[in-house]
Amino acid sequence: MTVELPPGLALQKVDERIMTLNVGPQHPGSGHMRIIVQIDGDYIVACDPDPGYVHRGEEKMAEYRNYITNIPHLERPVIHDSCNVLYPYVLGAEELLGIEVPERAKYVRVIASELNRCIYIMYWLAIYGIFLGHSTMFMWPAGDRELLIDLMEKMTGARVTHAHFVPGGVRNDLPPNFEDVCLRQVNYFEKRIKEYAAVFYDNPILISRTRDTGILSRQDAIRYGTTGSVLRASGVDYDLRVKEPYDVYDELDVHTNVMKEGDSYARSRIPWLDMMESCNIIRQALQKMPKSGSVRVKLKPNPKTKGLESVYKRVESGRGSLGCYIVSDAKTEPYRVKLSVPSFRNLIALPNLLRGEKLGNMPSVYWSLNYWPVEADR
Amino acid sequence: MSTETENPPADAKPKTQTPPKPAAKKPAPVELPAFEKSISDKIVEKFGDKVEVGFVKEDRVRINVGRESVHDVAEFIRDGLNYDHVESVSGVDYPQDNEIEVVYHIGSYTDSSLARQILVLATRAPRETHPIPGNDATKLPTLRDVFYSVEFHEREVFEMFGVFFEGHPDNRRLLLPEDWADLPPLRKDFAIKGR
Amino acid sequence: MLKDLVTPENANVFVGKLGDILEKAIDKPLGYAINWGRIWSLWPVHIETACCSVEFGAASSPRYDVERFGIIEAFGSLRQCDLVVVQGTITRKMAPRLRLVYDQMPEPKYVIAMGACAITGGLYFDSYNVLPGIDGVIPVDVYVPGCPPRPETLIQGCMLLQEKIKRMKARKFV
Repeated sequence: MTVELPPGLALQKVDERIMTLNVGPQHPGSGHMRIIVQIDGDYIVACDPDPGYVHRGEEKMAEYRNYITNIPHLERPVIHDSCNVLYPYVLGAEELLGIEVPERAKYVRVIASELNRCIYIMYWLAIYGIFLGHSTMFMWPAGDRELLIDLMEKMTGARVTHAHFVPGGVRNDLPPNFEDVCLRQVNYFEKRIKEYAAVFYDNPILISRTRDTGILSRQDAIRYGTTGSVLRASGVDYDLRVKEPYDVYDELDVHTNVMKEGDSYARSRIPWLDMMESCNIIRQALQKMPKSGSVRVKLKPNPKTKGLESVYKRVESGRGSLGCYIVSDAKTEPYRVKLSVPSFRNLIALPNLLRGEKLGNMPSVYWSLNYWPVEADR
Repeated sequence: MSTETENPPADAKPKTQTPPKPAAKKPAPVELPAFEKSISDKIVEKFGDKVEVGFVKEDRVRINVGRESVHDVAEFIRDGLNYDHVESVSGVDYPQDNEIEVVYHIGSYTDSSLARQILVLATRAPRETHPIPGNDATKLPTLRDVFYSVEFHEREVFEMFGVFFEGHPDNRRLLLPEDWADLPPLRKDFAIKGR
Repeated sequence: MLKDLVTPENANVFVGKLGDILEKAIDKPLGYAINWGRIWSLWPVHIETACCSVEFGAASSPRYDVERFGIIEAFGSLRQCDLVVVQGTITRKMAPRLRLVYDQMPEPKYVIAMGACAITGGLYFDSYNVLPGIDGVIPVDVYVPGCPPRPETLIQGCMLLQEKIKRMKARKFV
């Protein structure tokens, strides 16, 4: 057993051609993590991601809180995708507590989670614009996502941290006249994001910076266990909304966007196509939703589960499939909660993608993995 | 299990009588989903009494394995059953059994009939009362040479539970601070503030 | 004549007096101008620490546009910055880095603690890896409560900081 040294501090054989560079945690191209890269001239020869700067111990604290008070905690990893990150926990808690959800609540959940997916992707796109030095691409998505945030604010009462999904349904019914406002906003939003093609996706500078960089082959994407847009950009047709439909996704017509290139450009284009698909789903859900009815089964305070059993539920979040593994032991608190988050799963691809790339391409490859550090650290 | 819940009265009462769910230890009494049963049968047929079927639910199959045969079972799952990636590796601490359980959730992208399925592979390592992570008996064989995708997950389990994975190329710390010298934090005997 | 007045014994006293005179001269007429310059060019350093950075990003977006108030968007080089907006939870791994960033910045520098986690630990008050507030790491000028604070709240916090700078004595850092 050798002495364990923190990453980046281990003694290594000195090679005067190789230089070690710390990127982050205070760096405009890293977010809340550190990437230790070794460069030979301008080319990266090795890369060691060092996450954990926002490790807050959510899983430990979930063992001390009951099934209801866990809700605001477990949405904090991704506050701008808070409905989706909470979704598998709520589905799992419903199975453990034995609750059947009303039909209208399922539709409200689908609408909320699709709106949230768009909000997440817009923020991701804005930061991608910053990473590429494209200021317009920060301003446009950051401004347009406020439209959808307004909708979520109408629906749930909060800008980003909604805590809207509870075991047994959703917290509140839709406000009056919500359907019309939502349809109008979503239609405008879809028209608006189509304009991004001209300024961003068809931009020759962007294409030359992202095309053919960080190529992830189909075999590697499967072997690394990547998920979400990273996987679909490498040509694997896998979307949990189609493959394992939860709530009412089996009644809706969901189309999966797949690209075959597997480079940064494909990985950045897939979320944009996903947003248009989300707009479609919202329109379908608004049409098929029961116009009235209960949205919540009331629970008694401090609900208890039956006995020692475990459940693993997963949903398709803005970044990919997000699983929640709950072990319960007939108490009011869960025995163990584990979030299997897509960011953490995609992180394993980063060292392999960056090897051989130019250092200047590092931010674009890194952010095209659809990575949100707070979620990976939990 | 939600498929066979009898339709509840639409009042605001919580349901207390749900059908008996198959617990982790005993086989399920109700009729099992056929496809999932066939998966667990294949594994039981190959390994006999080395494996134990935890439960067979809709889309989920759980297999409990001893630590000595977990590597062989994982290889069979990859080569014989077409599972190709691990979604999550979770540790669960059971101080009353004096064991730490490591649970692999294995899925498949290549085989479209397995797209809904998650195979839960659980194994257990002995638990030390006074752990010295890496230098005590809490060890398991790594699955990284079988499923490449477990690399960071196993590193996380090592620092959170102190389960050392023998053969893992990179058993360094991942999420915790560099100067962490306390117990591995997700063990049950590690208490957080004020609890 | 000055040479006669200053002896090795009273040199300190004399220099101190000179300093007082200079301070008085700067504080009244020049101090206003110096503070005015500082108020309208606050450059936040680009350090995200947790999820409040989402709302910090939204504050720079076209709808809220914090740049109207002289707070420029987050900037990469910390040698040219004079404002740290601590965007949320500081974990034990991040705290030494935050102090390092703060120490490398030139004077004068100001700190805004954004969000409940940066103030007291917030939701994570009993977590094993989260500091109960950042006061123990760096001195804080303005606390902006909320989990996360709305962009309007952050803008109000920035304006409070500007009010505070206006009343500060400029000579402290001259």
